Amino acid sequence: MEQALDTTLIVNGTPVTRRIPARQHLIDFLREELGLTGSHVGCEQGVCGTCTVRVDGKIVRGCLMLAVQADGRRVDTIEGLSDSGELAALQESFHRRNALQCGYCTPGMLIAAQDFVANEPGASRKRIREHLSGNYCRCTGYQAIVDAIEDVLKK
Amino acid sequence: MKAPPLAYVRARSLAEVFALLETHGDNAKVLAGGQSLIAALNMRLSAPELLIDISRLTDISGIHVRNGSVSIGALTTHAEIERSPEVRKYLPLLAQAAPHIAHPAIRNVGTIGGSLALADPAAEWPACCVALDARLVIAGKSGTRRVAARDFFKGLYATALRTGEVLTHVEIKIPGPDYRSAFVELAQRRGDYAIAGLAAVAKRAGGALMDLRLAFLGVGQAPVLARGAMAAMEGKRVSTDTITAAAKALAKDLDPAPDLYSSAATKLLLARVLTGRALAVLGA
Repeated sequence: MEQALDTTLIVNGTPVTRRIPARQHLIDFLREELGLTGSHVGCEQGVCGTCTVRVDGKIVRGCLMLAVQADGRRVDTIEGLSDSGELAALQESFHRRNALQCGYCTPGMLIAAQDFVANEPGASRKRIREHLSGNYCRCTGYQAIVDAIEDVLKK
Repeated sequence: MKAPPLAYVRARSLAEVFALLETHGDNAKVLAGGQSLIAALNMRLSAPELLIDISRLTDISGIHVRNGSVSIGALTTHAEIERSPEVRKYLPLLAQAAPHIAHPAIRNVGTIGGSLALADPAAEWPACCVALDARLVIAGKSGTRRVAARDFFKGLYATALRTGEVLTHVEIKIPGPDYRSAFVELAQRRGDYAIAGLAAVAKRAGGALMDLRLAFLGVGQAPVLARGAMAAMEGKRVSTDTITAAAKALAKDLDPAPDLYSSAATKLLLARVLTGRALAVLGA
């Protein structure tokens, strides 16, 4: 039985093949093997949301997926989604509204928020809060984050 | 923390899964969505030698309506159930419950089969399956068997699954057009583990409720069918008096254990609050 597997992922549009230990979760692989340190490691039990990335276009917890499980799949991180401009409106709004202080939660927050902006335009503040209940921020008290997302939803 | 060293196989068929389980027994764990299992590995609460990844077995995924029943493949994700037009039409209870399951990023990956096989006492799907009298399809090397949901959940993380078996489908008979459902839950934050929750189904006949089923989560070691409260309400109209009678009967139905945040008395009180809310929806 193999404890490491040859695995190919499409990371931010580029195919990447590595031999990956089965025990390594996707975020450790992205950070330590590929140097994509924009995705953060937080609780490693799926609670805090700072490791949020996209796999095949859907947001997932990077700490709750083994890198080998993503074999053949498309993985998009904060680096790729920033470069593509997809998050530009949210990033500008977070900046303008002071929706971050230490920034640790911000990559996960932005990716989770973009999922919401794309799927539920015109949503209420209550819905924004429900959607982001799985992304912890220990600095802002959330008010500014909800403001920033609401601004983008109103545009 | 990090998961311990382990081997990993991506299964290509159920036959391969059964063969691996036969060889490795309890040293192997079946990996579906992994939204509880990988957290447990990271915390080193679980340390199998082998993970058998079944997540790409497409024949046990998806929602199919046939012969008055809905069959849901074990690998169907919470998000797929949440968004399914068939579920909304035929099994609205599941569509009502899905948004309470963790967070969107977890619902995109976590599966109904994984949730049922884990049997977390605070999980939503076990209570929904008991409320809807679902049948769980279990496959093993020697064949397939079906177990009623009420007999499947044996206790804290304990089910009728035997070593070597895999839960493959959930079968739910479509309730008649007169049936109503309600799912209500109390948690610290949306998506947190439920302090208490209730899956409720009943037939509306005239202004009264018939064939009422109340299945609680978070207040026992497994889903609890509140038979006393169901009997107190059966055939009656929903009113302040009947809600009070049903809520009173819960004292005999439930024996909740306290958790870190809520005493047994709090849980019983909250179960009564939920009963009132669910019956109000069913009776409206």
